[in-house]
Amino acid sequence: MGWNIISALVENKPGVLFRVSNMFRARNFNIESLSVGPTEQPDLSRITVTIDGDEHVTEQLVKQLRKLVDVVDVTRLAIADTVYRELVLLKLKAVDPNSRMEIINLANVFRGKVVDVSKSSIMVEITGTPDKIDAFKRLVEHYGVIQLARTGVSALPRGVVYE
Amino acid sequence: MVELTGSQALIRALEKEGTSVAFGMPGGANLPMYDELTRSNIRHVLVRHEQSAAHMADGYGRIKRKAGVCFATSGPGATNLVTGIGTAYMDSAPMVAITGQVPRAMIGRDAFQECDIIGICTSITKYCFQPRSAAEIPEIVKKGFYVAESGRPGPVLIDVPKDVQQEVQDVTFPELIRMRGYSPHIDPDIEQVERAVDLLLKAERPMIMAGGGVHISGAFHELQVLAEMLMIPVVTTFKGKGAFPENHSLALGPIGMHGHAEANKLIIESDVLLAIGARFSDRSVGKFEEFGQNMKIIHIDIDPAEIGKNKQVDVPVVGDVKASLRALVKMLTKRIVKKDGESNWIKHINEVREAMQSTYKDHPREITAKKSLKKLRELLPPEAIVTTEVGQCQMWTSLFFDVIHPGTFFSSTGLGTMGFGFPASIGAKAAKPEVPVVDIAGDGSFNMTENSLAVAVNDNFPVIVFLMNNQSLGMVAQWQRLFYDRRYIGIDLKGGPDFVKIADAYGAQGIRAQSMEELDKAIRTALKSDVATVIDIPIDPEEDVFPFVAPGTGLKDMITAA
Repeated sequence: MGWNIISALVENKPGVLFRVSNMFRARNFNIESLSVGPTEQPDLSRITVTIDGDEHVTEQLVKQLRKLVDVVDVTRLAIADTVYRELVLLKLKAVDPNSRMEIINLANVFRGKVVDVSKSSIMVEITGTPDKIDAFKRLVEHYGVIQLARTGVSALPRGVVYE
Repeated sequence: MVELTGSQALIRALEKEGTSVAFGMPGGANLPMYDELTRSNIRHVLVRHEQSAAHMADGYGRIKRKAGVCFATSGPGATNLVTGIGTAYMDSAPMVAITGQVPRAMIGRDAFQECDIIGICTSITKYCFQPRSAAEIPEIVKKGFYVAESGRPGPVLIDVPKDVQQEVQDVTFPELIRMRGYSPHIDPDIEQVERAVDLLLKAERPMIMAGGGVHISGAFHELQVLAEMLMIPVVTTFKGKGAFPENHSLALGPIGMHGHAEANKLIIESDVLLAIGARFSDRSVGKFEEFGQNMKIIHIDIDPAEIGKNKQVDVPVVGDVKASLRALVKMLTKRIVKKDGESNWIKHINEVREAMQSTYKDHPREITAKKSLKKLRELLPPEAIVTTEVGQCQMWTSLFFDVIHPGTFFSSTGLGTMGFGFPASIGAKAAKPEVPVVDIAGDGSFNMTENSLAVAVNDNFPVIVFLMNNQSLGMVAQWQRLFYDRRYIGIDLKGGPDFVKIADAYGAQGIRAQSMEELDKAIRTALKSDVATVIDIPIDPEEDVFPFVAPGTGLKDMITAA
């Protein structure tokens, strides 16, 4: 088993995300995360998929993606030569001032930001690799997670790449 | 640029693609395009159920090797097409299905006869289009045909909202289209071809497995040249049946669940397997993990995603079958050293074939499926087109009906759609009216789309339905007999109908053949007939199909008799 990041440039038009995600379902691929957004070219979107699967499954996923008419280009990113990041919003229980201070300190250690505070809660934003986000979550879980939202991984290869 | 309605643009675009016949049924949401058909030379064939329209377009497309066209209205019209579209998708048959849709402003509001047919068909089409303006239609139609017919062919859906059919816009018909995400691989990588040649020249027990890709690419001649050049025996998948003349001395027939005993036995003995336009389906190779452990595999396919999907291979060659075989033959011509005399492998092949012939035990009854099919072959000209329904009738055809002229046989091999054969035979007849077309049928399957008799009669498609009638869902009964200790349920079709009377009621010709003599006469009569003929042949409900590779087992576990 291996963790893989696959980056696909797709036509930026309605129905494309459905076609891609429907293919994953129909072909029995169990993906870990999927993120989608605009690129430097207005008519293309980038879909970033992470999958925990063996070589055979990952290779098939790449080929099945390439087969889709709306998919213009597919790259399997080499982890070592890739910058990949995910963003998490984590809303934690924080009723007493002590726990609030602890959470703020921990967020600072992780270069996170406090983005919202209420009488009984605190929301932290952290950007990083999925591992870093997992580590932070483990550290603060005992305060009580009220809500959590992760964006899925976004990734680009390092250096100059002409696609 | 011309001012046209969406419907005018659509029908004119179809004409530009060379569409001469379309199968379908009108309804509320496709009335405007049907109205436009009244001013077109495109021949419209009115079906009695949209499923049959899709099968007709499929049969037409497989014989023409061009997309067949079918029409249906929105909602139930469109959903009725689904089985036919799925059948074409699984067998890589080129098709353009055109549905009406509710007006743009009604989409998503659960309007009368609205359904999200694109959502339904996305995983059983190569692509789905929905023009949102009349001006988009010509380019969409051109792209639709290109996608349906090129690369690995398949069905394409064009879903046209009713108000888009009606609106008037300035329209241009493009000569060129650009699809940056779609470019089929045609020419093989020459290094891979070289590796394939190396393997083939070193092989001691080579074998060719020809699949449906040989039909699609029309590479019959190239396949025969290659096989004869290296004296390689040829098995086919069921979809590849007839890619190689089955009366050829190197032909071993189809492999698989109901493949020929000698083909199943010998393919697993080979040391180098050249798989051509085949996808290693479970029905062909049995257990994926078990198949091909002791052989090197070369796999030619136009679809890169087929390489390694079901079977890891040693030498992948991605490209069109015809182009790849030509490249192989060209390179082989330079490197081949002609060997004299018959190789040990060919001697062994011939011995096994002879030995296996004795394992086919015929049923004691005077008229059986096997004898009927042998008789049909005897009387049918080699250029006649044959298709089948699904079940025992299909598997008996695999075993006992030899296809002599390549490209004259097709069947619903992937989806296994009962009811496919009869409408598909009408489509084939529309594509090639000058040759006899036969649907080898069973009573269960034929019953599903027999209302196409109205089409065969009214639209003058004198096809022959060769109906082996065991008054049951025979293949299911066979499995219940073999795997469920004869606990029969849901297989009894003794209630009829009487298919001779059915044929008669539709104005077709119905003949019952209860002896080999009557069958001989019936086939001769049908071949001369200018109306569709149903030959009803009562056979024993307990006549089973053997040999048989039970599901989930390997080819070596083949059962040759009960």
